[in-house]
Amino acid sequence: MATELLMPALSPTMEEGTLAKWLVKEGDEVKSGDILAEIETDKATMEFEAVDEGIVGKILIAEGTEGVKVNTPIAVIGEEGEDMSTASAAPAAEEAPAAAAAAVPATAAAPVDFAPSDKSPDWPEGTEMKSMTVREALNEAMAEEMTRDEDVFLMGEEVGEYQGAYKISQGLLDKFGDKRVVDTPITEHGFAGIATGAAFGGLRPIVEFMTFNFAMQAIDQIINSAAKTLYMSGGQMGAPMVFRGPNGAAARVGAQHSQCYAAWYAQIPGLKVVMPYTAADAKGLMKTAIRDNNPVIFLENEILYGKSFDVPVMDDFTIPFGKARVAVEGDDVTIVSFGIGMTYAMEAAEKLAEEGISAEVIDLRTLRPIDYATVLESVQKTNRCITVEEGFPVGSIGNHIGATIMQEAFDYLDAPVINCAGKDVPMPYAANLERHALITTEEVIAAVKQVTYR
Amino acid sequence: MAAKKTSKKSNVSADELLAYYRDMLLIRRFEEKAGQLYGMGLIGGFCHLYIGQEAVVVGLESATKEGDKRITSYRDHGHMLACGMDPNGVMAELTGREGGYSKGKGGSMHMFSKEKHFYGGHGIVGAQVPLGAGLAFSDKYKGNDNVTFAYFGDGAANQGQIYETFNMAALWDLPVIFVIENNQYAMGTSQARSTSTPDLYTRGEAFGIKGEIVDGMDVLAVKEASEKAVAHCRAGKGPYVLEVKTYRYRGHSMSDPAKYRTRDEVQKMRDERDPIEQVRDMLLTGKHATEDDLKAIDKEIKGVVNESAEFAKESPEPDLSELWTDIYTDA
Repeated sequence: MATELLMPALSPTMEEGTLAKWLVKEGDEVKSGDILAEIETDKATMEFEAVDEGIVGKILIAEGTEGVKVNTPIAVIGEEGEDMSTASAAPAAEEAPAAAAAAVPATAAAPVDFAPSDKSPDWPEGTEMKSMTVREALNEAMAEEMTRDEDVFLMGEEVGEYQGAYKISQGLLDKFGDKRVVDTPITEHGFAGIATGAAFGGLRPIVEFMTFNFAMQAIDQIINSAAKTLYMSGGQMGAPMVFRGPNGAAARVGAQHSQCYAAWYAQIPGLKVVMPYTAADAKGLMKTAIRDNNPVIFLENEILYGKSFDVPVMDDFTIPFGKARVAVEGDDVTIVSFGIGMTYAMEAAEKLAEEGISAEVIDLRTLRPIDYATVLESVQKTNRCITVEEGFPVGSIGNHIGATIMQEAFDYLDAPVINCAGKDVPMPYAANLERHALITTEEVIAAVKQVTYR
Repeated sequence: MAAKKTSKKSNVSADELLAYYRDMLLIRRFEEKAGQLYGMGLIGGFCHLYIGQEAVVVGLESATKEGDKRITSYRDHGHMLACGMDPNGVMAELTGREGGYSKGKGGSMHMFSKEKHFYGGHGIVGAQVPLGAGLAFSDKYKGNDNVTFAYFGDGAANQGQIYETFNMAALWDLPVIFVIENNQYAMGTSQARSTSTPDLYTRGEAFGIKGEIVDGMDVLAVKEASEKAVAHCRAGKGPYVLEVKTYRYRGHSMSDPAKYRTRDEVQKMRDERDPIEQVRDMLLTGKHATEDDLKAIDKEIKGVVNESAEFAKESPEPDLSELWTDIYTDA
């Protein structure tokens, strides 16, 4: 049967092209792989090959013709002796269904959940508490979850025999053996990929990065492999795993060891992002992270590791993702922070209280999902908001919170939202410069005074 | 191309030979059809065809058992068909339709099948190699004897993460076969212009990984090498490298102007070394099949491929609600 040869799309962006040259003429016999014509696309001159064998019947578009639309019949190919004079003999090419773009809802923003905030306490009233460092809390959370589920294992540099570069994994090798506490070579890209593959294969890896600065070596595996596979596979497989380690500035370690990655990872659909401040949150959120069936970025902080907080004594203590914590209740201004930013927020709130300014301090705890409801409800009460974080100021979490408040609670605002963030400079080494590159409590207080017009 | 270790005397039955013929032909015809659909605008974006390389996956798959895993790059249609995935589902993914393996959300380069232990379909050159070693890690952790085939090309062989992975795979005796599909061109850059030493199978030696070069146009040579590598891995002896010398007839992707090699080079390979023609000759000269038998197979394959194209055109585009699904899972 005679078939029409159609003007091919020879690049992802080609809509029309020039039929530069015919290399066959009517009556020629062609076989699969023969070049029929040269076609100029928007990118290059391409050779157009025959796919089937046959006889060139009629050439419908003369060489040199410009602006030939993709899918226009350009020639007829058939078998010997067949009548191929009429181009209409062959069925017209089927149009690809028109893109349904017009039906996409007009709103450009992702859906935001504005159900009322979850105000339930994190643990029952009267629960026995014990003081514990963030380091101990993380260690306990991992040990409990490794005991609970044999498929959970820890992998990273110095997690085993060295007992952890920051001692977060202390004692785990003795408890669980080297099958489940795996020391890796210094090879972040490689072991992040191996751990992600192990998660595809049904295990639940915890990957420790000695610091998140080194995870930049591995970020392709974290984002392109771990975060996107569930979507790309139509839900068939994903990566239930945790990437954890200290994040942000420590003390005097300079530009390459002092970056906060909260905003980077929080931007990625498919990841969950946690950045705790207290030991109780570190423990409860780490246990939730290990049980979560999605890749979780767990951002710790070296300076907080040694800080002590009360942690509930419970058999199985977890904190759900997407639930912020109101650390201090107040009426005059909302201070939104997370992670080590909370140290400045808390200190500022205390000093402001002495001056008669009542600040409500919200610890976001998880940055993906974000508990928008708690923030918006608070802003509706205080009508003013500032955000506090140590990361770079451009494209920060604070920018996002500010934009969301503007979009969803504009009429409640009595002042613009101010973002307090780290300075827009690589981290300097000199002690005085470093102090100023980070946020200071004074800056937080000044921002509060600015939005409260004091 | 230096043809190494050709093995005409391999112990192979007529049935097996016919099966290889059928499997390779399916890939060839499927890819030709995909090329046509691309030309018609039914397939978008990037589309990397496997034509010429069919003997590689068919030969390697011949030594697998249930539970074995495979993972590869974006030139992945052949691997999917060879491990038994449904041509309809693959083609419908190429056209971005609901009936595709990823419901139309992955496309040519990102397709998966949990059921067939096919772990993608990865668009970042080399990234699938540590992932493959990770799959092998999971099998070793669970204590079974499954092996993983981690496929990559001569281009990917210059990515650093490959060597990070070689090191850990050897250190931890992971049951992974690193299959270097050397089709001699990394996109448009020939191996001679990209690679300091010609023999990629020796790349594992620095890590103590055994390597072997195989004629990838000869399905029986590939099968024999696969059996050996699989036996090595199943026995718990750690990873193995196979450099399979092959050739891609088509461009790197559909939009490849092919200015980096001559048509004569391509034609010579097609005429003299074609993997499907070689098996066809063996079947006919060995009197394992008649011309009519082979014509019947050709016809049957054409039917399967045409049906997949029809399915891929008829299957609807995914519902708009799919935009928001499969980002997170509770399961």
